[in-house]
Amino acid sequence: MIDRRFVKYFDWGLLGLTVFIACLGLVALYSAVMSTTAAPQKTLYFKQLIWYSAGIVVMVLSFLVNYKSLDRWALVIYIMCMLLLISVLIFGKHVGGARRWLILGPVSIQPSELAKIAVIISLTRYFSRRADTGGLSLRELLTPFMLTVIPFILIVKQPDLGTAMLIVLIAGSVTVFVKIERRSLLYMITSCTVAGPLVWFFLKGYQKRRILTFLNPDRDPLGAGYHIIQSKIAIGSGMIGGKGFLEGTQNALSFLPEQHTDFIFSVLAEEWGLMGSLLLLCLFLSLIIWGLNIAYRCRDPFGTILAVGVTAMIFWQVFINVGMTMGLMPIVGVTLPFISYGGSSVITTMICIGLLLNISMRRFLYEQ
Amino acid sequence: MTKYLKTADAEWYKQRVIRAMFCVAGAFFILLIRLFYLQVIQGQELRRLSENNCIRLQSTEPSRGMIFDRNGTLLVDNRPSFDVSIILKDAKPAKDTIEKLSKYMNIPASQLMSKIENKKTGSHYKPIPLKKDIGRDALAAVEVHKFDLPGVVIDVKSRRHYIERQRAAHLIGYLSEINSQELESGKYPEYNGGDFIGKFGVEKIFESFLHGKRGGRQVEVNVMGQVVRVLKTVDAQPGHNIYLTIDNTLQKTAEMLLEGKAGAVAAMDPNTGDILVLTSAPSFDQNIFVDGMSHKQWEALVSNPLRPLEDKAIQGAYPPASTFKIITAMAGLQEGVIDEKTTFYCPGHYKYGNRVYRCWKRGGHGNVNVVKALAESCDVFFYQVGQKLGVDRLAMYAKACGLGSFTGIDLDHEEAGLVPTAAWKKRRTGIAWQGGETLSVAIGQGYNLATPMQMLVLTSAVANGGALYTPLVLKSVNTADGAVVVQSKQRLAGRLPTDKQTFRIIKKGLRAVVNSPKGTGRIAHIDGFSVSGKTGTAQVVGRGKDPNWSDKNLPDHLKAHAWFVAYAPSENPQIAVAVVVEHGEHGSSAAGPIAREIIRTYLKKDELQPRLQ
Repeated sequence: MIDRRFVKYFDWGLLGLTVFIACLGLVALYSAVMSTTAAPQKTLYFKQLIWYSAGIVVMVLSFLVNYKSLDRWALVIYIMCMLLLISVLIFGKHVGGARRWLILGPVSIQPSELAKIAVIISLTRYFSRRADTGGLSLRELLTPFMLTVIPFILIVKQPDLGTAMLIVLIAGSVTVFVKIERRSLLYMITSCTVAGPLVWFFLKGYQKRRILTFLNPDRDPLGAGYHIIQSKIAIGSGMIGGKGFLEGTQNALSFLPEQHTDFIFSVLAEEWGLMGSLLLLCLFLSLIIWGLNIAYRCRDPFGTILAVGVTAMIFWQVFINVGMTMGLMPIVGVTLPFISYGGSSVITTMICIGLLLNISMRRFLYEQ
Repeated sequence: MTKYLKTADAEWYKQRVIRAMFCVAGAFFILLIRLFYLQVIQGQELRRLSENNCIRLQSTEPSRGMIFDRNGTLLVDNRPSFDVSIILKDAKPAKDTIEKLSKYMNIPASQLMSKIENKKTGSHYKPIPLKKDIGRDALAAVEVHKFDLPGVVIDVKSRRHYIERQRAAHLIGYLSEINSQELESGKYPEYNGGDFIGKFGVEKIFESFLHGKRGGRQVEVNVMGQVVRVLKTVDAQPGHNIYLTIDNTLQKTAEMLLEGKAGAVAAMDPNTGDILVLTSAPSFDQNIFVDGMSHKQWEALVSNPLRPLEDKAIQGAYPPASTFKIITAMAGLQEGVIDEKTTFYCPGHYKYGNRVYRCWKRGGHGNVNVVKALAESCDVFFYQVGQKLGVDRLAMYAKACGLGSFTGIDLDHEEAGLVPTAAWKKRRTGIAWQGGETLSVAIGQGYNLATPMQMLVLTSAVANGGALYTPLVLKSVNTADGAVVVQSKQRLAGRLPTDKQTFRIIKKGLRAVVNSPKGTGRIAHIDGFSVSGKTGTAQVVGRGKDPNWSDKNLPDHLKAHAWFVAYAPSENPQIAVAVVVEHGEHGSSAAGPIAREIIRTYLKKDELQPRLQ
């Protein structure tokens, strides 16, 4: 089974980029958890190391299996994930007014993270059979719409608006990538413009507040508006050279909310300045372009679309999270891949990398 | 598989991927521009802001709504409380500061140090509370020596103040610090640890009206922690004011009359259902819940055998005793087993089966009709009415009169009491109903249980011609500026199953209780008004078969409970009252005078102070 070509074609570049970004992430997390005065935070660093070890295992697993077999198992994976999402709503643990966590023995997982991958795989299976250069018609778009809307509703119910919107963005990106008929696109844009305001009525009070606050930060100067301002101060005060490792005052004084998850970019930008944050953004850009390059070189539609979907997920998370900390976007709970603390986030990201390695490595199977 | 190799599809996908790469590059370009803007162009300014770490949030507490009586007399307000705390970062060396502080405040230094040690894990920048609500003297001393006490901060907070000690304590209830359970329940997202929240009574039920909305300020502070300028302000919204239906003067009278006793007094406007008085004795001081009480104080409250924390007016379920005869008479007349002229002979006892049931009056009442039976509370008469009706018909009427179910008053922990039926007893004990038990039920003893509030609603319904009103404690809710938010309306819960003729006879009987020469409630007579009422003496232990049995020899805690329900004036009722005095022995002697004084105070007040235009 072990083909020598596996070694020859192994994507060392992608692995190298991943390791580099993960190390930067661990440095930023160290700052975030070690310089606060609250003791329980400190154990999070070691927990994250354990998550990374688990992440390496799932990464290896997800590139050993031929990605083509995902085509066969797509529906099973999708249904399993939906069942997990339903059980979260029933048995999930309440944390801060939302049910997002499922307790499985010693670990708690966030099925909404896995749902992102399930949606990508199921959409890829569908599109790899249907897509043609003319674009998708409205009727062909019905199935992808259903595949997206089911997890969307289940996740909005938790409620976790950030992840739910992320799923729509990922699904939308993949769909646009395989091309939509011009006429259908027009219909969709029109109906979204009409239906968009309706979504407003389904949002929870705090979700509405966050969006209103983004549009007008002066609206809530004591809540989200304050977080945006403190985050901007943290990033800007890093200036070009940064304040230095563990010297970030915004972070140390707990002016940043959730500095180890949603606002970790602010911690990094404060301590390492433009140098550090530019480096991190360039690494992310390289990783995303690398992912797209894998899609470019893959000669099998399933592999191409899968690579695009997985890369789109990383792209949107980076774009939204960094944009949010810099005040470009409303504050929604979206983690920064590799950097934010969180088991489910690390595992999901590592599965993505595993899949990209998988597609990249097996491209020879379709070469002459 | 090779099918894809030469198709246009693979090439076409390549073009799409290249477009995607451009999109990604564009998006990152936006992020980079923003990053450059923040870190390079705005960098200096933001660095300055962060170096002073000078933007802080200060929250401003809303002032809690005040509580008034129906005439606008202030019952509960807020007073300033001065809390001392310390910011360790500024208090260097902390030990010296604490020692000086302990001297000025006259508190042992070790006590203050222990507060700091408990908070070791917290931030050095956050104030640690040392002592809440310091007295005026300590405040003056600390203020004068402020420059000597770096890092010591005095906060003025608003504290709940119950103006008159124990006034309507069970109705108004109290506040206390929110506990972790309530914080974690997710029901109070606006509350923080240390906030006060209503825990009992009106303070709890109307929490959402009273609380108001927290505000805050974003301020820029200097290195000393002093506010340099205010950047943004969100004003706190004060809570709404609440007007209760009770009448403070009447409430005060009731509390005085019950002093030293255990029991309850409740009064109602029979035409609206407004509760005019709600008293339970013994009472408790609400302020100790706000100020924090010692373990000893708490122990004393919960271990007191007279149960001061219980609201006996709605939670005390007692045998209604002879006050139940109103229902027995009503059922007898309405069902046609007796009429106004039916007479029974009372020789002082009644033989049923092989047992003799005694009348409270050893010598007997002679020939009695229903009016005389109510007036003199003849047990023998009602034994026979009850026997003719049977327990289930009696129960039907009792339930229709509101017994055995909640009155629906806006307060927590109301008791429903009990209306026994044959089926209930079989289910509960497995033993069939005995005919003799019906006799006990007919005079309100046996398994019957009713709260003073239920008997008050029933008395009001008799007074107003049959309308059972839900007791109202809330008159209106107004904003701090006086605009009406909620205006209470009377709520009809049901009607008594009685026609006009029956009402006429029962009212005649109840009037005779107070106004006939041998009436058991003569003590409640008031010159100038006609009062109607009914006495009751609820035995705690059975009379037994001993013919010489007497209450007199019993220890206090086994003595009978005294009842008195009344309304006045008889022709045009303005007030209804229910009184229970635990172990007060006779309804006439223990409860009657209390009811009389309440009625007198209420009606004479109207006479003395004619309504202003």
